Order: sequence, then C-alpha cells, then structure tokens
Amino acid sequence: MKNQSIRSHIDWVSVFIYVTLVVLGWLNIYSSSLSLEDSGAFDFGQIYGKQMMFIFLSIPLIIVILAVDGKFYEKYSVILFGIALLLLAGLYVFGKEVKGQVNWYQFGPISFQPAEFAKVGTALALAKYLSDVQVNLKDQNRQLQAMGIILLPVLLIVPHDPGSALIYSAFFLVLYREGLPAWFLWTGFIAIVAFVLSLIWPSWIIIVIAAVVIAFFYYRSRIVDRNIIMSVAILVGVSIFTFSVHYVFDNVFKQHHRDRFNILLGKEVDLKGIGYNINQSKIAIGSGGWFGKGYLEGTQTKGGFVPEQHTDYIFTTVGEEWGFVGCIVVLALFVLLFLRIIYLAERQKTKFSRVYGYCVATILFIHFFVNIAMVLGIFPTIGVPLPFFSYGGSGLWGFTILLFIFLKMDANKVNEW
Amino acid sequence: MRKVLLPTLIFIATILLLLRLFYLQVIDESLKLKSDNNAIKIQYDYPERGYVYDRFGKLLVANQPSYDIMVIPRDMKNIDTLEFCQLLNIRKEDFIKRIEKAKVYSPRLPSVFLPQLNKREFAAFQEKVRKFQGFYIQKRSLRDYQVNYGANVFGFITQVNDKIIEKNPYYNSGDLIGKQGVEESYEKELRGIKGVKYIQKDKYNREIGSYKEGRFDTIAKQGEDITLSIDGELQKYGEELMVNKRGGIVAIEPKTGEILALVTAPSYDPAILVGRERSRNYTKLYNDSIAKPLFDRGLLAEYPPGSPFKIITGLVALQEKVVDEQTSFVCHHGFSYARGRFMKCHDSQISQLHNGIYNSCNTYFASVYMKTLSKYRKTSAAVDIWSKHVKSFGLGEFMGYDLPTGRRGKIPTSKTYKRIYPDWDYKPTTIVSNAIGQGEVTTTPIQLANMMAAVANRGYYYTPHIIKKIEGQQIDKKYRTKHHTSIDPQYFEPVISGLADVYNVGTAFGLGVDDIQICGKTGTAENFAKINGKRVKLQDHSIFVAFAPKDNPKIAIAVFVENGYWGKRWAGPIATLMIEKFIKRKITRTDLEKRMLEGSLQGEYDKYIGKHTVDSLLLKKPEIEAVKKEQDTIEDIDDKEAEN
Repeated sequence: MKNQSIRSHIDWVSVFIYVTLVVLGWLNIYSSSLSLEDSGAFDFGQIYGKQMMFIFLSIPLIIVILAVDGKFYEKYSVILFGIALLLLAGLYVFGKEVKGQVNWYQFGPISFQPAEFAKVGTALALAKYLSDVQVNLKDQNRQLQAMGIILLPVLLIVPHDPGSALIYSAFFLVLYREGLPAWFLWTGFIAIVAFVLSLIWPSWIIIVIAAVVIAFFYYRSRIVDRNIIMSVAILVGVSIFTFSVHYVFDNVFKQHHRDRFNILLGKEVDLKGIGYNINQSKIAIGSGGWFGKGYLEGTQTKGGFVPEQHTDYIFTTVGEEWGFVGCIVVLALFVLLFLRIIYLAERQKTKFSRVYGYCVATILFIHFFVNIAMVLGIFPTIGVPLPFFSYGGSGLWGFTILLFIFLKMDANKVNEW
Repeated sequence: MRKVLLPTLIFIATILLLLRLFYLQVIDESLKLKSDNNAIKIQYDYPERGYVYDRFGKLLVANQPSYDIMVIPRDMKNIDTLEFCQLLNIRKEDFIKRIEKAKVYSPRLPSVFLPQLNKREFAAFQEKVRKFQGFYIQKRSLRDYQVNYGANVFGFITQVNDKIIEKNPYYNSGDLIGKQGVEESYEKELRGIKGVKYIQKDKYNREIGSYKEGRFDTIAKQGEDITLSIDGELQKYGEELMVNKRGGIVAIEPKTGEILALVTAPSYDPAILVGRERSRNYTKLYNDSIAKPLFDRGLLAEYPPGSPFKIITGLVALQEKVVDEQTSFVCHHGFSYARGRFMKCHDSQISQLHNGIYNSCNTYFASVYMKTLSKYRKTSAAVDIWSKHVKSFGLGEFMGYDLPTGRRGKIPTSKTYKRIYPDWDYKPTTIVSNAIGQGEVTTTPIQLANMMAAVANRGYYYTPHIIKKIEGQQIDKKYRTKHHTSIDPQYFEPVISGLADVYNVGTAFGLGVDDIQICGKTGTAENFAKINGKRVKLQDHSIFVAFAPKDNPKIAIAVFVENGYWGKRWAGPIATLMIEKFIKRKITRTDLEKRMLEGSLQGEYDKYIGKHTVDSLLLKKPEIEAVKKEQDTIEDIDDKEAEN
C-alpha cells in the first residue's frame, strides 16, 4: 500500500541516474585503488571493498528514508537542523584530526563526517523557514534571518575547513529563486571578480576599470535616476575592497590558501611541491585523449601519480581511462540529474518541498562544479567531493539522504492537497 | 526569470568544463608526453670517463668502479634494519635519517642512499642485496689517480648541484661532473655522453621491456682520453721542490705554448677527493683560509712582478727608440725622481742596457721608462702606447688558456690614472714605479711564464694551453695561432744577452748549470698585509723568470715563492733545478737540490698568524686512505661548492 505507492510514484529517472553514477563511481574507485594483489571486490581491507560496503549500506538507508512519513521531514526540520549544528559544534570538543583538519568523529573503526549531513539539515531548515507564508524575501529582516540560517553552520565549519564552507553559497541561488533581490548575487559576483583580478593586477587598474564601468552606467541611465553620491560611494567601496584584498590575502589567508591561488593564477609553478597535485591531475586527464586508455589501463592511475585520486581527484580516472567521450557522458549524467531535480522541484505543490528540491539541486551542482573545475586546474584547490563518485561513506550517505528525502517528498505529493 | 537562473548557470558551467576538458584532452599534446614520462622509466648508462695522460704518454688518471646504494622508499619491504646497518657499518639513526631524506626527495624515485662504496664494501652488500627490497646498486666510475701530484691540474669530480642541473639539461641528480682543472675544462670530452634507455612500465609499475622497441634509446658514448702537455716528472719534481713553501711554478714550452708544469703549493694528493671521504676532505681544504690549498697560485696569484718586468721596460724603450744599447745612465745607489723621493738601487756605476739587466739596476730602468713616457707631449698618450706594448705580451689579460680559473693582473692605462688622479696632470715621475714592476703593475705567474716564452721566441707566443691531444681530434685552433708582440725581433737579442749574463756575472751568479745556457731574471716583490687593521710589511716575495737554452729555447718558466726573501734565495734555484730536470732529466747539483727540497718557509708563514697548525692533508702523507671506513660519512657540501 504505502510501499506500493512509493514504488509507483517515485521518480525512477532520478533513481536510475543516481544508481548509474554510484556504479560508475565505484568502478573508477576500483581502478584507482587496485593494487597488485587483486583480492576481489569485497575485500573490505581495500578502498574499493569499503566503498562497495558503503554502497550496499545505503540501500537500507534509502528504504528507511522512503518509509518514513512524508510529513516527518517538514515537521522535524528544525530539530534535525539543531542536531546538525550540535554535531558540528561537537567537533571542537570530540573531533579527530585528519590531515590537519578536524572534520571527523571517530567511533572505534567507524569515522563519520558531520559536515556532509549538516547540508541536509540546513536545506530542511531553510525550506521550512521560506515556506512560511509570512516570509517575504524583499523584507530586510527576513533576508537577515534567512541568511542567518545559512551562516550558522558556515561559522562552525569555516575554522576547520574554509573550502567546504564555500558550498553554502549555493543556498543564495535558492534564496534568489524565492525572491531575494538580484543585486545580492551581483554584489557577490562582482566581489569575486574583483578579488581575483586584484590578485593578478595592481589595485589601481581595478579601480580605473570600476570607474569606467560606473561612469558608463551613470551616463546611460536616465537623468532623473542619476545618483552621483551613490556612484561615488560604489567606487569608494570597490577601492576599499580592492585594497583590502591584499591585506586579507597576506594576513588572513594561510600559506596553503595563498599557494592554491598562486598556482591557479600561474604565479607559481612548483611542480614538485604544492603544484604537484594539480599538475599530475592535469597530466592524467590530458593523457586520456578522445577515448581514453581504457578501463583499468590508465598508466597515471596505476602508477599512483595523482595523490588523493580515489577521493577528491576521482575525476582524473574518468578523464584518463574513459577519455573526452567518457567525460562528456559523466557530465551529461550529472546535468540530467540536476535538471530533473529542478523540474521536479518546480512541480511541487508545497513551497517547502520546492525550496528543498532547489537546495538539493544547487548543493549537488556546486559540489560538481567546484570539484571538477579544481581537478581541471581552473579553480583553487578546495577539498570537496564529487557527489556519488568520490570515495567515502559520509559523503555518499550525505548525498544519498539529501537526494532521497526529496524523492520521498516528490513521491508523496499525490497525498497532499 | 528567477526560474531560469539555475539551469542557465548549470549549462554555462558545464560548457566551461567541457571546453577545458577539450583543451586538456584533445588540444594540449604536451600532457600526453608528460604522462608517458610518468609511465616510462629512464635508465642511464654512464660511460667511463676518459683517461688522462702526460705528454710522454704516461698514464696519470684512470678510473675505478664505485658503487652507490640507491633506494626507492616506496618499494622498501621487510628490511632487517639491524643486519643492513651492520653490513654497511652505519648507525640506525643514520639509516632512518637517510631514508627520511630520500622520502622527502621522492617516495617513488631512486635516491642515493649511500654513495661511493669501495669494492670490499660492495662485495659484502652485493651478496645480500636481494634481501633488501627497494635497494639496488648503481655502478659508477670514479677517478683512480696513478700519481700523487697534479691535484690542481686535474681538478676533481663531484656530484652535480642543483644550479648546474637547472642550467644544463644534460645532468641529472646524482650525476658526476668535473670541477676545476682539466676535469672542468675538458668535461665534455672526458665524460662522454651517457646512454639513455627508455623502459616501458605496465599499469602495475612493473618494467615490461623497452619503450617503442628502443627507438629512442641511445648508446653511451665513451669518454675521450686526453693527453696533457704536462710533463709528469717535471710536475712531480716541481711539487716536491715547493713542499713547505707557498707559491707557484708555471713552465711553458715556448715553441708551442704547451704548459709543461703547473705547480701550486701547498697542494694535496688528488686521491683524497675520491670516495666517501671526499666531502670531508674537501671541506677541510676549502676551509683552510690561510694556506689556501685550493687556490691555484700559478694561475691566480696576482702580485707586482718586480724586476722581471724590467725586461719589458727595456724592450719597450728600444722599440720606441728612446734608448739604444749604448745609452748610459749613472747610478748613485738610486734614482731621485722627485724632491725627497728616491728609488734605491744596490748598483753604483754607469749602466747600459746589458749590465742594467744583469745587475737589475733600478736607476737604469727608471730612467729608460722616464724617457719612454716623455717621448710624447702628453703623459697619458705615452702611457697608453706603453700599455699596448706591454699587453702584447699577454700581460694584463686572461689570455684564454684552457684552465677554468685565472686572473687578469693589471697593466695600467691612462684611464687607470685618470681614475687615480682625476684633477691632476700627472707626470712620468708620478708613475715611475711601474718601470721596475711595482706601482700599479700586477701579474700572475702564468703571465710571467708566457712573457718569458715570448722573449725566448724573440717576439711571439702561443696562447698557453695544457691540452696536447684529444683522442681523434686536433686541439683548438686558438692554441695553434701565433701571437706577435709589438716589439720587433731585433730588439730581443741585446736583452736576451743581458739575461744570459744574469747567470754568468749578475744577480743569479752561481746558479748556472753546466752546458745549459739559461737566460733568467731575478725578482723581489714587496708585499704588505693588513694585520689587526695595521698595514704591515711582510717578508718580500721571491720571484724568478727564465728560459733555456738561450738558442732554440725548450722551456720558459716563472717561479714565485711567497715570502721567499729575494729572487735568488728560493725562486732562482728552484727555476734552475726545474730547467735542468726538464732538459737533462737528471740533477747534477744535488746539494742545491737537497737544500731546496728540505728548505721550509713555514716559520715565515707562521710569524704573523700565530701558530697555524698545518693540516696533515697538505703534507701529502700517504696514510690518508681514501676509503677509510668510518661511521657517519657524508655531509652535503655541494651547496658550499655551488656558492664557491
């Protein structure tokens, strides 16, 4: 009955893409972590064996998510968000340090990364808040409150892992969809551009460019709309921002952050030191050519030249062994999944599930983009996983929960009125 | 509108990624090559370095095999550290330190774990190397010196440092390169070209055979043997004569410009810079800032030449026709060139060119020099003409010989004096000290030897060179080109006859050798040092230049002994003995020889610097075994060498 309704109402397209991505991900993890002694796909001592276990364990997880009453997530969203925040805060006390970052809880042999689940909590809380009829994002107080929901987990994550905190900027796209004024996004966009340009060019060039652009808009606007004070204020703002970039870059950023930017901007080419990862990653992908070297045939993959290949750099295996064509297929699958989720979100009957659906799509998308762009050397090195592909139980389950809660809501919409 | 943003972003982002992928995977070919580099192992085959022979074909430098223990940290498995350490006689902490260092360099590339084992150590390790996974042995060849002299001539070989690797793509980490001496100047010929073998690795990183059927492999090209113009016996003899003295000897064959001996003292046995003790010994030599054993005095020591320079003063005056052989000057124990300024002279008679030379009369040459400079209205013009004549003897320039170090020396020009006396119209008297090889003139021993070669040849010389033959090819053309001095040949004879009488009646009376007519000139150069901030006059340097025989000269020589009192006391006898050794191959005046061999100036050297304990290395004690086994052997001093 209920199960039956799930089976008939669940969006099988999304499920199919999900399964395909997970399977492809495992195949690549297998290739990248295969050692000389091949001991079978279920050797839990091996990375691919563990990932296989994670995949199988996500089946009961999915069943539980789908079995829970559809209203549960909305009703308990605030509590779930609270738990997520507590878990993040608890890291400061109980966290275990791995590679300089305190992102993990360890219970005996099992370790667990709460940040992956915090995204779900935040998405639920944001959806809950925005679905309130009284919330209008044109209202400044509401804007602040909505951003507060996003910033709470961000503040907890930033000290450990500033890169991952970036993922939360995805929620601004959701806010925009729900009525946040466009200039928020513009400001953010311009700030990013100005930041990067300030690192490349001297400050005065940026200011000149800004002045020209502002003057252009000033003279193009109708005379009644011209606001000289506003224009000057913007210019001053940009100038201060530009000058402060170097201060922030030199004093707030840590050396490894600076290195990442410098490598990206071509200011440093230390191929044996900090530039090693990204260089090896580009070599591995570049050597794939049109059709790749064939599954399990990647010399770079086998040689173990790309560090962290099974986690953040898993896409290099795709690039080397499956080539450009294989990459297109994988990218297409992701894009299909995003579009499908957006499509489903737009047809939701409740604002709650629509907003949540949007959150799912944007979070997956931003992981996807940041990860692959980093692997291809067009984005600074930020350790975020490629959803469904990268090795790791927390990551896989986090994304699975994120997606399947939405699929449950979607399947449930027939019961709503 | 708001619904469209996210899908649009997704499309734009994906297209961006696809473009980037297309660029990396389809357009940028360089990445494929780099990936091949990753999957292909490059194996080098090091050819044996060329041998070095002396001018008579005597083998001076050969090779001995040496074995480096290499490690690939990632491949290390189940090492019995205790056994390993015992086998190689190293401490466990040392073992760990070295492995750490190798890991830092690269976990999957080979690094040198322990360099330069000798045969005995190698044999012990070779038996068990199979037990130590991740370690292997790389054979290289090291120098095996057949003689215990000539260290400064040969130079040494060492591992390349990072700077060289960066500059020259031929060298890889761990390669050997010649430094100093002929090892450096003929590095390219001696080293040969290493062979390269590309080995394909499979996906498990195992070697599966040669890459593309060995299409890109190259065969090692053997290093070429070189024959030096050095006379091994003479070189050895020179070094023996210079024991316990400091200074340099340069002997040149005038007819060819070939360097017959290039001695610097103190020196050391070249064998101490081979093997595991190399670094330690090199550091010792390098740090000895007082005796400076690594400072090749024959090439680098710039000093005022003193009296030998009078030869040039005389020749220039003759060429400029300001004097002739008969022009006389009266000497009253000196030459008064300004009020209260007096150049002392031990002479007191009427001097002409001939006796001016053999008596080394300061007055005569000061007067001659004055005349030369007064020939033109402007002193500066005269100085430049004089300077050009002097430089035509190769003085004041690097000359372009085939050894890697050198100094220019100094022959002043009008520019020099413009700098010294910017607002003053100086007169010939101002710079009259140049006449007797003091003042602004400085030279190196090899320049003086070359000058004597030019005099011996009556007006020409060949650029001095130490190479005689390189297997299968002619030596550089520049060593076969005559350089003519600006002095006409007829002016040499009177000067040479004066030089011959230096031995017969002059300042080197009593040093002569039966039936060899030697032409020589003594020299004594004042020298000062700053000690505790005060300018102190130290004992004069002893200088001697000569060539022999007078007709058809076979050897030109310059000897220079630091703090050797005066020319005849040390440099003169040494030069004469060297000439006798070279021409007659045996020494008749054994008493003189004995005095020179055993004489020591160490007391003189210790005078001002307190008790400087002489390092045993410098005394050529044979007990320094190059392969002495000791713990904790290698320090990296290549960086130090790089700075050098």
